[in-house]
Amino acid sequence: MLKVEIYITLKKTVVDPQGLVIKHALESLGFLGVEEVRYGKIVNLRLSLKDEKKAEKEIEAMCKKLLANPIIEDYRFKIKKI
Amino acid sequence: MRFGVVIFPGSNCDQDCFWAVKDVLGEKTKYIWHDDTDIRGFDCIILPGGFSYGDYLRPGAIARFSRIMKSIVEFAKKGGLVIGICNGFQILLEVGLLPGAMLPNKNLHFICRDTYLKVENNQTPFTHLCDVGQVLKMPIAHHEGNFYITSDGLKRLRDNRQIVLRYSDISGLIDSSTNPNGAMDNIAGIVNEQGNAFGLMPHPERSSEKILGSSDGLLIFSSIREWLK
Repeated sequence: MLKVEIYITLKKTVVDPQGLVIKHALESLGFLGVEEVRYGKIVNLRLSLKDEKKAEKEIEAMCKKLLANPIIEDYRFKIKKI
Repeated sequence: MRFGVVIFPGSNCDQDCFWAVKDVLGEKTKYIWHDDTDIRGFDCIILPGGFSYGDYLRPGAIARFSRIMKSIVEFAKKGGLVIGICNGFQILLEVGLLPGAMLPNKNLHFICRDTYLKVENNQTPFTHLCDVGQVLKMPIAHHEGNFYITSDGLKRLRDNRQIVLRYSDISGLIDSSTNPNGAMDNIAGIVNEQGNAFGLMPHPERSSEKILGSSDGLLIFSSIREWLK
């Protein structure tokens, strides 16, 4: 079985309203020196697949079709054997 | 003519839309369940507002894969009139009938209040009873209405006159102070290139009778009716 962590964040070129507010909140709590905050989501999957190459293809397709919106979001993922 | 109002799990403006076109406008109207596929006989499909599938993942991201959407995309590709209001607009973006995407409102608030909208294009089936520059009063009620599109995309929208409504003040002035949610170029409503699919964040169905504080929204529905006559 494979464990997958998919990270979805807004593209660098897209203003991230949630990231901006979090940055401001951190600063007001005294955490100075935070240059940038980008907010995102994590999707955890467990796949019955064994073949990592095959899994990669499948996860790519999942991200493109549903999990991320390619107009505004980037994604990356990590695969771990369990 | 016949209007069809689609109900997704989590739609909550379906009855208001139904009321506006059936009872206020007086046209034949039917509900369409999201799991149906047959939309033969309809002249205009309304995708109402709400929180389809709980807005999980992204607003509209799950609803775009419902069975009815396949038929609606085909219907639109053949020139059928489709109007997506609020969550309906978000679904039209996700399914790719309209360009762009929605981000959370700039101030991260759910904003529910009246807005003023300047009509930028009245050469559409949805606004031809309005004048260019006319200011309409309609409420918004959303958390993700911060319209985003690439700069190339924005240029295409402008060149093709696809921008239909923009957030303004009561006099029609448009600047950042009249932008409630951070939407690019104050965009509140756009059409596709062919002009037969319209998405807007404001709610015409909630402003279709004087008792609601404005009847300007009725101009949208009566434009559709007159267009189809």
